[in-house]
Amino acid sequence: MAKYLLLKHYRGAPEAVNCVPMDQWTPEEIQDHMQYMADFAARLEGTGEWVDGQALSPEGTFVRYDGEGRPPVTDGPFAETKDLIAGWMVIDVDTYDRALTLAGELSAAPGAGGKPIHEWLELRPFLSAPPTVTE
Amino acid sequence: MDELLLRELTPAVIGVLVRRGADFATAEDAVQEALIQAARTWPDGPPADPKGWLVTVAWRKFLDARRAEVSRRDREQRAEAEPPPGPAETADDTLQLFFLCAHPSLTPASAVALTLRAVGGLTTRQIAQAYLVPEATMAQRISRAKRTVAEVRFEEPGDLATVQRVLYLVFNEGYTGDVDLAAEAIRLTQQLASMTDDEETEGLLALMLLHHARRPARTRRDGSLVPLAEQDRSRWNTSLIAEGVAVLQAALARDRLGEFQAQAAIAALHADAPRAEETDWVQIVGWYDELLRLTGSPVVQLNRAVAVGEADGPAAGLAALATVDPGLPRYTAASAYLHEKAGDLGTAARLYADAARSAPNLPERHHLTRQAARISQALRG
Repeated sequence: MAKYLLLKHYRGAPEAVNCVPMDQWTPEEIQDHMQYMADFAARLEGTGEWVDGQALSPEGTFVRYDGEGRPPVTDGPFAETKDLIAGWMVIDVDTYDRALTLAGELSAAPGAGGKPIHEWLELRPFLSAPPTVTE
Repeated sequence: MDELLLRELTPAVIGVLVRRGADFATAEDAVQEALIQAARTWPDGPPADPKGWLVTVAWRKFLDARRAEVSRRDREQRAEAEPPPGPAETADDTLQLFFLCAHPSLTPASAVALTLRAVGGLTTRQIAQAYLVPEATMAQRISRAKRTVAEVRFEEPGDLATVQRVLYLVFNEGYTGDVDLAAEAIRLTQQLASMTDDEETEGLLALMLLHHARRPARTRRDGSLVPLAEQDRSRWNTSLIAEGVAVLQAALARDRLGEFQAQAAIAALHADAPRAEETDWVQIVGWYDELLRLTGSPVVQLNRAVAVGEADGPAAGLAALATVDPGLPRYTAASAYLHEKAGDLGTAARLYADAARSAPNLPERHHLTRQAARISQALRG
């Protein structure tokens, strides 16, 4: 088994095919989207591949250590920063192909007009602990 | 086996051990171990005297722990293993535990965790699940909390207001894991109210009961939020409402108004309306005025502006909102609501979408996005 992070971006990923913002959908389309996401997570729990999922607020800030005895430097939020992560899902699957398949399904969640969003999701393998047997 | 009975006995058993001379931290650990043993062995043969059983087993666990400690420290000197003939437990022990676990030297998160374990009798694992943190993290939080209060004398007079705030925090956390924290907060507040003579504790209890009564109507099956005005009121729990109103009336009759009583009065007025349109908003505004006088809280100002919008119309509501700090959480959502009522749909849709972006949790975000979508759809015709 290998763990993968599925990253969803508010900004920074290439534009989705069906990129109408959610507040411009109909309430029924929003409902269908939520249902699709809930079903997806429930199905992964059922197959024993679900690990975690979290959503992040778009509000955030950059912080930097600024030396002993001085308060940390904080900046932002940077409106001009390209990348902004919206949330993640962690899955634990047998193969890379399986991870690709699941990411594809998640990207097909319905959006405006009930059509798939075709949203770009970022798929990142976890660096795991070293195996016990190495030779 | 009755898990609730076990948990109800927890603070009293800790009290007995402390009276016999055990320090609080070790006594609390010993009782927790005894509870775990009870959960394992009672289903096969429950004892005739559950409390006596717990005291005996917990005391043995305490002695084991102390012996291990002593032999670590000094293998030459054996400590006296028998309990010193300390004073018998008193009815106040449980109250003292409430005070100790909500001691002002503790952070709110620590006080909540310690209260749930030592007074509520929950296991570290259950508390960790309820707060969505790893069990090891919660175990550390609890043991640090116990070290913080190690020097506090058990009999030290406590402050009811700090205990009330801790219980209010537990209640607001609601229902996340396999433990129903709202129900647990109500149980503990009932216990606190039965031991004290304090109208604000009763106000807090009434507030919890009245809010808890609405829980079945507050969310749909998919977890989405149903606003108060749209809730199916036939699903409100009428016996909880009746209990809450009775507790509140008894508290108000003593004529020492406080924050929790005023909040409960507002909840009671909502509970009293058979349909949303029949809500007595004029009285609700009156209670918000009282609450504002008592607390000076900007959040109260915000809620008051929404109530004014219902009582005197959206223009008056927006005027009241104009005096509120726009940086407050939910300010934008309140503004969107009042603009929609005032007929300014374009502004309302835009504000709802803005509010969704800054929503503090997912159900609220979804709810606000849906509101924006609903109005946008109407505007498109």
